[in-house]
Amino acid sequence: MPTNLSARFCTFVLSLFLIAFALPAFAGPFEDAVAKFANDDFSDTEEAIGVVASSGNTLAFPIISALQDGRLMADPDSKKVYVTGADGKSIDAATGQPVASVPDSASAVRLNNRLRRSVDAALGSLTLQSPNLGTRLQAAQSVFKSHEETALEAVDGALAKETNKSVRVALGEARAAILLFKSDATEVEKLEAVATLKARGDQEALALLTGMGDQPESVTKAAASAIGSIQNSLAVWSTVQNAWYGLSLGSVLLLAAIGLAITFGVMGVINMAHGEMVMLGAYTTFVVQEVIRTRFPGLFDYSLFIAVPLAFLVSGAIGVLIERSIIRFLYGRPLETLLATWGLSLVLQQAVRTMFGPTNREVGNPSWMSGAFELGQITITYNRLWILCFTLAVFAILLAMLRYTALGLEMRAVTQNRRMAASMGIATSRVDALTFGLGSGIAGIAGVALSQIDNVSPNLGQSYIIDSFMVVVFGGVGNLWGTLVGAFTLGIANKFLEPIAGAVLGKIAILVLIILFIQKRPRGLFALKGRAVEA
Amino acid sequence: MPTKSTRDIAASFTRRGVLAATAGLMLGLASISGAKAADDTIKVGVLHSLSGTMAISETTLKDTILFLIDEQNKKGGVLGKKLEAVVVDPASNWPLFAEKARELITKDKVAVVFGCWTSVSRKSVLPVFKELNNILFYPVQYEGEESERNVFYTGAAPNQQAIPAVDYLMKEEKVKRWVLAGTDYVYPRTTNKILEAYLKSKGVAQEDIMINYTPFGHSDWQTIVADIKKFGSAGKKTAVVSTINGDANVPFYKELGNQGIKAKDIPVVAFSVGEEELAGIDTKPLVGHLAAWNYFESIKTPANEKFIKEWQAYTKNPKRVTNDPMEAHVIGFNMWVKAVEKVKSTDPDKVIEALPGTEAPNLTGGVSKMLPNHHITKPVFIGEIKGNGQFDVVWKTPGLVAGDAWSKELDGSKDLIGDWVGKKCGNFNTKTNKCLGSGS
Repeated sequence: MPTNLSARFCTFVLSLFLIAFALPAFAGPFEDAVAKFANDDFSDTEEAIGVVASSGNTLAFPIISALQDGRLMADPDSKKVYVTGADGKSIDAATGQPVASVPDSASAVRLNNRLRRSVDAALGSLTLQSPNLGTRLQAAQSVFKSHEETALEAVDGALAKETNKSVRVALGEARAAILLFKSDATEVEKLEAVATLKARGDQEALALLTGMGDQPESVTKAAASAIGSIQNSLAVWSTVQNAWYGLSLGSVLLLAAIGLAITFGVMGVINMAHGEMVMLGAYTTFVVQEVIRTRFPGLFDYSLFIAVPLAFLVSGAIGVLIERSIIRFLYGRPLETLLATWGLSLVLQQAVRTMFGPTNREVGNPSWMSGAFELGQITITYNRLWILCFTLAVFAILLAMLRYTALGLEMRAVTQNRRMAASMGIATSRVDALTFGLGSGIAGIAGVALSQIDNVSPNLGQSYIIDSFMVVVFGGVGNLWGTLVGAFTLGIANKFLEPIAGAVLGKIAILVLIILFIQKRPRGLFALKGRAVEA
Repeated sequence: MPTKSTRDIAASFTRRGVLAATAGLMLGLASISGAKAADDTIKVGVLHSLSGTMAISETTLKDTILFLIDEQNKKGGVLGKKLEAVVVDPASNWPLFAEKARELITKDKVAVVFGCWTSVSRKSVLPVFKELNNILFYPVQYEGEESERNVFYTGAAPNQQAIPAVDYLMKEEKVKRWVLAGTDYVYPRTTNKILEAYLKSKGVAQEDIMINYTPFGHSDWQTIVADIKKFGSAGKKTAVVSTINGDANVPFYKELGNQGIKAKDIPVVAFSVGEEELAGIDTKPLVGHLAAWNYFESIKTPANEKFIKEWQAYTKNPKRVTNDPMEAHVIGFNMWVKAVEKVKSTDPDKVIEALPGTEAPNLTGGVSKMLPNHHITKPVFIGEIKGNGQFDVVWKTPGLVAGDAWSKELDGSKDLIGDWVGKKCGNFNTKTNKCLGSGS
C-alpha cells in the first residue's frame, strides 16, 4: 500500500516538526512508560502502549506507528528507546530529541498477536482525525474492531468534525460497536447501535451481535431479529459466493486442461508429461522473478508479462523436442505412449529437482494480484479474478488461432484426415511437432498463472494431471468448447458439493458422477463426429 | 510430519520402483552404496526419499545425517572406526521403503538406520526391523499411539507439540472456538481426535469445534477459508489448529492472506509448517501466525549458532535453513553414538538395551534424554512467523516435556504405557497389569 505508507511517512515528518517545537523532556509517567519498551516483556510492552496512547503526548503517534512497523528500537542495556524513521534519522522516543545513531545493541521491540491488536486499537484512536482520508477510514475500522470504551470520546470528537460520508458511516458503526459493549449505555443508545449494525449486515456485525453478552430484554430481542435478517441475507450471498468459487476453480481446471485438450484431445497423444510442462512454466516464472529481483527490482510488477511468452517458448520448445525424439515413433500405440510419457514426466521432475532443489521455490504475487475486494457480502480475491480473465483470454486466442491462421487450418486438416492432408501437400510431421509444441506451450503459460496460487515445486504438475484428463474426457475429446464447458461444470459442481459433503467426499462424489456420465455418454459432453473419431 | 504428499493416486499406481529408480540413477541420485566398504568402518543406513513427492522434505534429512557422520569422523569416528553412510532412495514409495530397509540390513549390514518421514513409511518398515532386529531412528513429529522395541522416536509425540500449542492459545489468546483443519490421513485424524478429547475435557462445547479434512495437495482453499471466516464470526475468539500437510500449506496461507484473515483476528497454529516450508512463501501477510515445534532456527544458543554455521558451511549454502526434524536427527545420532561407545559394540540388542537413559544435548540449550518408551524429552516452543520466513519464539514450556507414546486423552490408550526397560513391553496396560502383545 504505497499511498498508505507515504501518508504515514508524511504524518511522521509532520510530527517530527511538531516535536522540534514541543516542550523538551519532562520526567513523568510518559518517560517511565517509554522505558518499559526496553524490557522485552510482552506485558510490559502492553502497559507501555496503553500509557503512551492515552498520554496526549505528541510523541505518542510516532512511537506507536514505529512499533507497528518494527521501527521502534530498544536498547536493553541503557533502557533507551529510539524511533527510527524511514529516512534513516532517529529520535529518542522519550524526549523527541534527534540522536546521531542508534546503538548496535538496540533491537526492534517485539510484538505478539495480542499486542498487535492493542497497537491497532491505539493507532485507531490516535489517527481518527488524520488529514488523510484513507487513514481516517482505516482508523474508524480498527476502532470498530477493537470497540474499546476508551475510544468513545475520540470517536465522538471525530464524528463532530468529519465531513466525508463513508468515514462518517464507519465512525457511526465504530460508535455503535462501542456502545453495544458499554455497560452503562442507555437502552435507546443500544437499540440504535443494533440498528446500525443491522444496516452494516456483514459477518463482523454478526460476530458483534452474537457475542454481546447480557443485555436488557428489548435489546436482546432487537439483536435476535437483526441476527436473523443478517443471516438470511448472508445465506443468499453464500450461494453467489459458491458460484464465484466454482467459476474460479473451473478457470484453474480449464487453464491446466487446455494444453492437454490440444495434445490429447486434438492429437490423441496420451501425454502423462503434460503436468510437467505446467511445472516448467511455473519454474520459468520463478527464474524470471529471480533475475528481476536481483537486477531490476522496479520491474517486479511486470514479471508475469515477461514470464508468459518465455514460459510458452520454454515449454513449447521442450514439447517439440519430446515430440521429435520420442512421441513421433509411438503414434497409434497408446499404451507405449502412456508409459513413455510417464517415464518422461519422472525424468523431468527429477531434472528440475536436481537443478532447483527439492523444496518449494518462492514466486511472489505482483501487487496487482494480491489482496481482495468486497462485492456486496462476498470477497473476491484479485489473483483468482485475473486468472479467470487470463484463462478466457488464452482460450479465445487459441480458438482464433485454430480457426483463422494457416497453421490452425493445417492442424485441423492433419488431425481430421492425415492421409488426405498429406496428399494436399501439408508436411504432416512438421504440423505434428508444432501442434504438440503449441499444446505444451499453453501448458507452460498455465504454469505461470498456477505459480500464483500453488506451490512451485517439482511435484506441481502431478497434482493437475488427473484433473486435466478428467476435464478433457468429460468435455469430449477433440473439442475445445467441450473442455471449456467441462471445466466450468466440474468447478461449479465441486464448489456446491464441498460445503455440503466436505472437500474429500465432494471430490469422490465428482469422480463417481463422471464415471456414471461416461457410461451414458462415452464420448463426453460434446462428442466429435466424423472420421477423426475412428482415427 | 507423517505426510504423504500430493494427489499421488497415479504415482502409487504406476510408479513401481523400477521406473523411479531408473529415473533416479540416470541423474546420479540413486544409491551411493555401490562403493565397497572395508571392514574397519561402521555402516549407517540412511532411508530417506530423494525422489518423488516426499523428496521435498526428506532430502534435507539425508544431508543432515551425512553432515553428522562427517563431523563424527573428523572427531575420530566411533570405537576407533570410521562411520560410513549407506544412502538408499525409497522414492516416496511405501512398499519400496520396506524393500530398501531389508537391503540395508541384510546386504549392507548397517548397524543402525536413520530414516522415514511419513507414518505410513514407518509402518511399512516396522516388520522388517522387527524381523531382522535392527534399529530405526525416526525423526519426525507423529501421532503417537506406538512404542516399538526397534524404533526410537526422536520427533514429538502429540503431548510435546499439539497439546502445549492448544494450551498456549487458550491462555494467551483466550481462544474459545476452534477449527481443527487437517489433511485427510492418519496423523491429522489421530491428532485431531486427541485434541478434540482434550478440548472437551477443558469444557469446550461441541458446537465450538469445527473439524475439517482436505485431500492431499489440496490447492483450492476458497470455500474452506470462507467457512473459517464464517465460523469465526460467532462473537468468540477463534483459532485454527492446522495439521495440513506441507504441500497444501502454501495455497492455504496464500488464500488466508488474500482473503484478509490476519493473525490478530484468527491466528493459525500449524504443526507441519517449519522454516523449510516457509522458504516457498512470501511470509509478510502471514506475520503473527503460529507454529509449535521443539526447535526453531532463530533460537539463540551457542550450540544452535555453531550448528547452523557448520551446516551452512557443509552444504556450501549460506541461506540453507535448519528445522525441527533435523534437530531430532542430531539428538538421535548423538544418542546412538553415546550408547555404542557405552557398550563398546554396535550389536543392535546391546545398543537397544543401552539407549534408554542416554542423554544428549539438544540445540536449544537443554539436555534430552531417551525414555524407557523410546521417546525423548524435549522443550516445546511456540513461534510466530516473522516477515523474513523465520520464527520469533513467544512462549516455551518451563522445562523439558517427556514424550508419551500413548495419549492420555484417548479412552483406548490412557492406561497404556511403553516400557522397554522394566516391563519389556510397548503397550503395557497399567490397569490390568498385562502386556497387550507387542512385547519382546
